Amino acid sequence: MSTCTTQTAASGRRLDPLLLRAEFPILEQMVHGHPLVYLDNAATTQKPRTVLEALERYYERDNANVHRGVHLLSQRATDAFEAARRKVARFVNASPQEIVFTRGTTEAVNLVAQSFGLQHVQRGDAVLVSHMEHHSNIVPWQLLCERVGAKLLVIPIDDRGVLELDALDRLLSPRVKLLGLVHASNALGTLNPVAEVIRRAHAHGIPVLLDGAQALPHAKVDVKALDVDFYACSAHKVYGPTGIGALYAKKQHLQAMPPWQGGGDMILSVSFAGSKWNEVPFKFEAGTPDIAGAIGFGAALDWVDSVGLGAIAAHEAELLAYATERVRELPHVRLIGTAPEKVGVLSFVFDDVHPHDVGTILDQQGVAVRTGHHCAQPVMERYGVPATVRASFAAYNTRADVDALVDGLRAVREMFRV
Amino acid sequence: MSELRDLYQEMVLEHARSPRNHREMPPPCHHAAGHNPLCGDKLDVYVKLDASGQRIEDVSFRGQGCAISQASASLMTETLKGKSLPEALKLGDAVHQLMTQDDAEADGLGKLVIFQGVRAFPMRVKCATLAWHTLRAALGNEPSTEPIVSTE
Ligand SMILES: Cc1ncc(COP(=O)(O)O)c(C=O)c1O
Repeated sequence: MSTCTTQTAASGRRLDPLLLRAEFPILEQMVHGHPLVYLDNAATTQKPRTVLEALERYYERDNANVHRGVHLLSQRATDAFEAARRKVARFVNASPQEIVFTRGTTEAVNLVAQSFGLQHVQRGDAVLVSHMEHHSNIVPWQLLCERVGAKLLVIPIDDRGVLELDALDRLLSPRVKLLGLVHASNALGTLNPVAEVIRRAHAHGIPVLLDGAQALPHAKVDVKALDVDFYACSAHKVYGPTGIGALYAKKQHLQAMPPWQGGGDMILSVSFAGSKWNEVPFKFEAGTPDIAGAIGFGAALDWVDSVGLGAIAAHEAELLAYATERVRELPHVRLIGTAPEKVGVLSFVFDDVHPHDVGTILDQQGVAVRTGHHCAQPVMERYGVPATVRASFAAYNTRADVDALVDGLRAVREMFRV
Repeated sequence: MSELRDLYQEMVLEHARSPRNHREMPPPCHHAAGHNPLCGDKLDVYVKLDASGQRIEDVSFRGQGCAISQASASLMTETLKGKSLPEALKLGDAVHQLMTQDDAEADGLGKLVIFQGVRAFPMRVKCATLAWHTLRAALGNEPSTEPIVSTE
């Protein structure tokens, strides 16, 4: 097993979702006259009170710009911001200098494409991604490839949504200058065997970027054990605020990479004759960052630590198994994504009712799911569907939430009399 | 749930299940492909005008999508045959208003009045208007003389 599979057994702790729910004020509300059943966690998770309080406390007491003032507030803001960086680093077992704050996963991938990518990918070269990528790990590479005249190659997936490792081996060649892979797929739920993929890519000297947007909230990530070159993630998928995320990159990469955005904070000195770049990671953080967001990100990771990632993963695995079984009982249902190793994502279609109609009818019963292509149109095309219905789980979901989903789906079938 | 019943009225469901005029049209005809990227709905609309070039002789569509977009396209084709171009475009505007404005006139809309149910679901207005937008685009295009490959 890879070092990154969910550690269901590792933590003996079990979590009590009902106790956790009380920490999420947003979950207390009614929607269309029904208690909110929030099953759209792969789009974004809700935020616990500790995160909301961290944001509020920062703006009430510490707000100042970072890395520049000598006054006390600036000192406090800088300390809190850098403490958040250390928390992110610790969470993925990196050193703080290897953590660049970004707006999220998307910006992190774009950073690598435009800095490392432009430096290393040339005409005739190739970038390799998988068929199950989110658009944010496709389009930045397409832009790069178009610009330099390189090719985007695709690792196929099988009918279950499992990466085809044999095909990967055939695609690895000296032309490939980078491999980008989603750690856990938002559309299928597949948890990829990333340690094995990295090992094979590295055997050919190919650096690897992992899109960790969906994996971070569910699986233990250890960038050192994985030996991954780049790891991109978003705070808002792991109980933190929107608009902030991080790029982990090996220090030697960050040092060798050119800056991608210019401005304040990323320089040591500026003159009209030229500028000297700041040390890493600041070289990649031009302008005033989302200070409060970073602090909220840190608070979110603290919250996850306090509950226990292993306990969260075990709880979600249980919910996924229960939901899979219950949804499978419905007539005319087809699951999209049946890999043996999955995070808490259940994607499916009905033969005879469009996902969009399902979404509207569920919403009227207070059940929030995602319907659409999940920013993964190549996945939809692979399975011959325009869209899917996706329920995705978080620590605060319960079996009762799954029951509400299934009741809602029965109401869909009744409404359509199919 | 009663708002849902207003949205998914029997006629909507029936048209979604067996859409009328769901076929490609041989050239020459006006054609456009419509796409709602939010939900992946795709529609091709085909229009044949009569000899005067001012009246809709035949109109059809092909495509896949949710019940609302399919029913809307089906009822649109049913309603438009024999209508003049200004009448057709006016109907499109009236349907849009019906779905977005509380005080919209429902007179003269015939069966299309069932789309009033969409008003309570602002996220679904785009589904119901896709066919009408695509119609407008088709009428703005030069008639094609080549067979049209459906986007399906
Ligand atoms: C697998 C995956 N990658 C990337 C992203 C993009 O994340 P963000 O929008 O936070 O940049 C998402 C979020 O939808 C995702 O699920």
